[in-house]
Formats: sequence, C-alpha cells, structure tokens
Amino acid sequence: MDGLLEEFFDLDIIADMFPGLVTEAMKNTLVFTFFSFVGGIVLGMVLALMRLSRSRALRWPAAVYIDVLRGLPALLTIVFIGFGLPIATGIRFPFPTYTPGCLALSLVYGAYMAETLRAGIEAVPPGQMEAARSLGMPHRTAMRRVIVPQAFRIVIPPLTNELLALFKDTSLLAVLGTLAGGKEILKFSRDLVNVRANTSPLVAGGLAYLVITLPMLRLVGRLEARSRPAR
Amino acid sequence: MIIVEGLRKSFGAVEVLRGIDLAVAEREVVCVIGPSGSGKSTLLRCINRLEEPTAGRVVVGGVDVTAPKVDIDKVRTSMGMVFQSFNLFPHKDALGNVTLALETVLRMDRAAAEARGREKLAAVGLEGKERSYPNQLSGGQQQRVAIARALVMKPKVMLFDEVTSALDPELVGEVLGVMRDLADKGMTMVVVTHEMGFAREVADRVVFMDDGVIVEQGPPADVLGSPTHERTQSFLSKVL
Repeated sequence: MDGLLEEFFDLDIIADMFPGLVTEAMKNTLVFTFFSFVGGIVLGMVLALMRLSRSRALRWPAAVYIDVLRGLPALLTIVFIGFGLPIATGIRFPFPTYTPGCLALSLVYGAYMAETLRAGIEAVPPGQMEAARSLGMPHRTAMRRVIVPQAFRIVIPPLTNELLALFKDTSLLAVLGTLAGGKEILKFSRDLVNVRANTSPLVAGGLAYLVITLPMLRLVGRLEARSRPAR
Repeated sequence: MIIVEGLRKSFGAVEVLRGIDLAVAEREVVCVIGPSGSGKSTLLRCINRLEEPTAGRVVVGGVDVTAPKVDIDKVRTSMGMVFQSFNLFPHKDALGNVTLALETVLRMDRAAAEARGREKLAAVGLEGKERSYPNQLSGGQQQRVAIARALVMKPKVMLFDEVTSALDPELVGEVLGVMRDLADKGMTMVVVTHEMGFAREVADRVVFMDDGVIVEQGPPADVLGSPTHERTQSFLSKVL
C-alpha cells in the first residue's frame, strides 16, 4: 500500500512540479485550446456556409474536406502538420512553439464544428429566412443578422462539448517535439515521469485537466438542460 | 397595383396553382378564401416570390416580379408580408424586430429607425412593449409586431397569409382591428383568411379558390351571400 501511494502520490515530487505545472503546462494547454477553438470556429463557420451554399463548386470541396478530416485520426493530422509539412515544403512556422499545434487542431476541429454549425443553421425554422427575405433582406444579410445568431444559440451546448474535447485533445500535441517553455500538461507531466522514475507527475497532470474539465462538464449539463424546453 | 397572369405552380408532380388570373387595384382589399390545399397561400407566396412560379407572370406596381433579372429584394421592400406563424425574430425585442430591415435594407441610422419603429408599434397598439421579446408577448401582440415590422418599410401592398389562424379566439379581434384600420387608410391588401366576418365587412372583393383555380369572385355580399357556383356554396355551408 505504501508502495502504491509513493508511486502515484509522492507529494514531494508533485510539489516540485510547481509552479511549472501552472505557469507553463496549464498555461500552454489553455493557449493551444483558445487559438485552436477560435481557428476551428472560424473555419467551421466558413465550411458550414459553404456546405449550405446553392453552388456545387462551394458545397463539394467543403463536404470532402469535412469528411476527410473527420475520417482521419487527429494524431495523424497533427504529425502531418507538425513534422510532415515542414520537411516536405521547407515551411518554417512563425511562433513555432504554438503555430503547428494550433493549426493542426484548428483544421481537425474546424471539420467537426462545421457539422455542428450546419446542424444549428438547419435547425432554425424556415419561416425565419422567409420573414427576413420578405422584408427585402438579401440572403447574405438574412443569414448574418437573423439565421446565424439563432443558430449559435442552438449550438452553444454541443459547441461547449467540442471545446471540452478540444481541451483534452491538446494532449495529442505531446507528440510534437516541443521547444523550451512550450510543453502542455501531458508532455510536461510525462517528461517528469521519466526524469523521476515515478508516476506521480501523471496523476498531478490528470488533476490539472480535471480542474478545468469537471466544471465544464457541469456547465455543458446545465446548458443542455436549459436549451431542452423548446421556445 | 398587382397583376397576376396565367400563374402556375407545381411542387414536383402536384400542380397547386393551375392558371390564376387576378388583378388588384390600388387601395383595394381582396380577401382570398377557400378550402385548405386550394392554393391560396401559394398564390400569395408567388406574388412576392417566396415561391418560384412554374409559369405565368406577376406584376406589382409596374415591376415584373417574375422577370429573371428583377431585383427581387428591392421589389420586396414595397410588399409587406405577414405570416400565420408570426415568424418574429426571437433574438430581437419588438423594436429590434421592427427596425432590423430599416437598418440593414434601407440603411437608416439607428436613431431614425427606432423613431419610425416606435411610431409603428404605437400605431398597432403596442406602445410600451418596445423592449419585450417575442416570447414575452401574447400571440395577438406578436402578430401585431409582425404587422408593424412589415408596415415600417412603407410598403405599397400588404400580403396577409392566414394571420389569425394560429391565434387563440379571444386574440383574433385585436389583429383584425389593426388590419381593418389599415384597410380604412387605403392600403392595398391581399388577405388569405378563414375569417368570413372580416371578409364580409372589410373586403372590396372576395375571391374563392378551390383546387388551384379561382372559382368565383365578386363583392363580398355576392360571393358570400349568394354564391353562384356549387363549390362555393358547399364550402360556405361548411364554414358559416
């Protein structure tokens, strides 16, 4: 029993993780999450509108992109962007600590969010578009001012769920060789497991995730409960 | 003001409008009645091209609405439409509903749009409800906001698509009252309705449709009082 405690909950080792666990690891996880979420939502919105477009030339590429990116393991996309692309093309990313990871996750989550946003737009009753158009609003204006704001309200719960999944999936970025100061929670903890030959850092890392994810899970539950009774 | 010529509309294999000819004069109030599925609503929706006619022509205020190159958005600003299900924008309060098109379509600045919006809300008896959201308003109030939202664009024509059918009976009167005022002020109106009393009192002309064609039309006293056509008689005997 003592052996187990020492292997998983060695408080001295855990204490040594501070402040880096917060100032580096959690900070970086949040930075990756934030920029990937923003990138994903922008890309997702563009893809969703493309998929709903009347023009086949827009619908088609968006559909292919969404299916391919959703069909691939996120880890493959991350490795491809982080290692494959620079080697194949000689591209050097600006802000190399964050750009490859954020880019890869934006590309992956953009595909997922596109489907969520599309479902949200389609869930807005057709009478809304008709009312807007009957007032002389062009299709684009009606989309921007009437449909999309309502769609966003509808997709807040599923989008929060995706934010949560994205937050956890930043751990996949641990496979990218990180530059100094660029480790997210998993990489930070994992490296210490090797250095200290003890599993306690991983437990601390897990707790660091839960500090963020447990309140978010509660939030998702509440948002879903609130959106359930239809207006 | 409105000329409909040889209008046909099919949904797939089903032909809902089978050759409609109708002319509505300026300041005229035309009530369209008929059994459900007769094509009344589709006729109305073809006039502002919410539905694309399969064949025929619609001319409103001298503009051929069905011409391929027509700026339909511009034409629609001169035609107000009110729907059975209100279709208010739920994310906007009453004033926001009324001013949105003023700002986005007519490019009015907010202060001017709100001034005109308040005026129209007051005109339909909703002074003090400017900041209420649709879900805080009764059905009758919502429908009056919808009427104000259309009127604020200063349309030349108003189209009403069974606007009282979704209302509780005690709320029908307030909406019909607003429509009656509008008719008295000389608005050109096409009203698809099941309210025979309203048609009798307010309409200049009643049009009876059945099965995608106009069966009979004329002054309300004639069409509702002494219909000549058997189908009209049978419909009226069921609803009156």
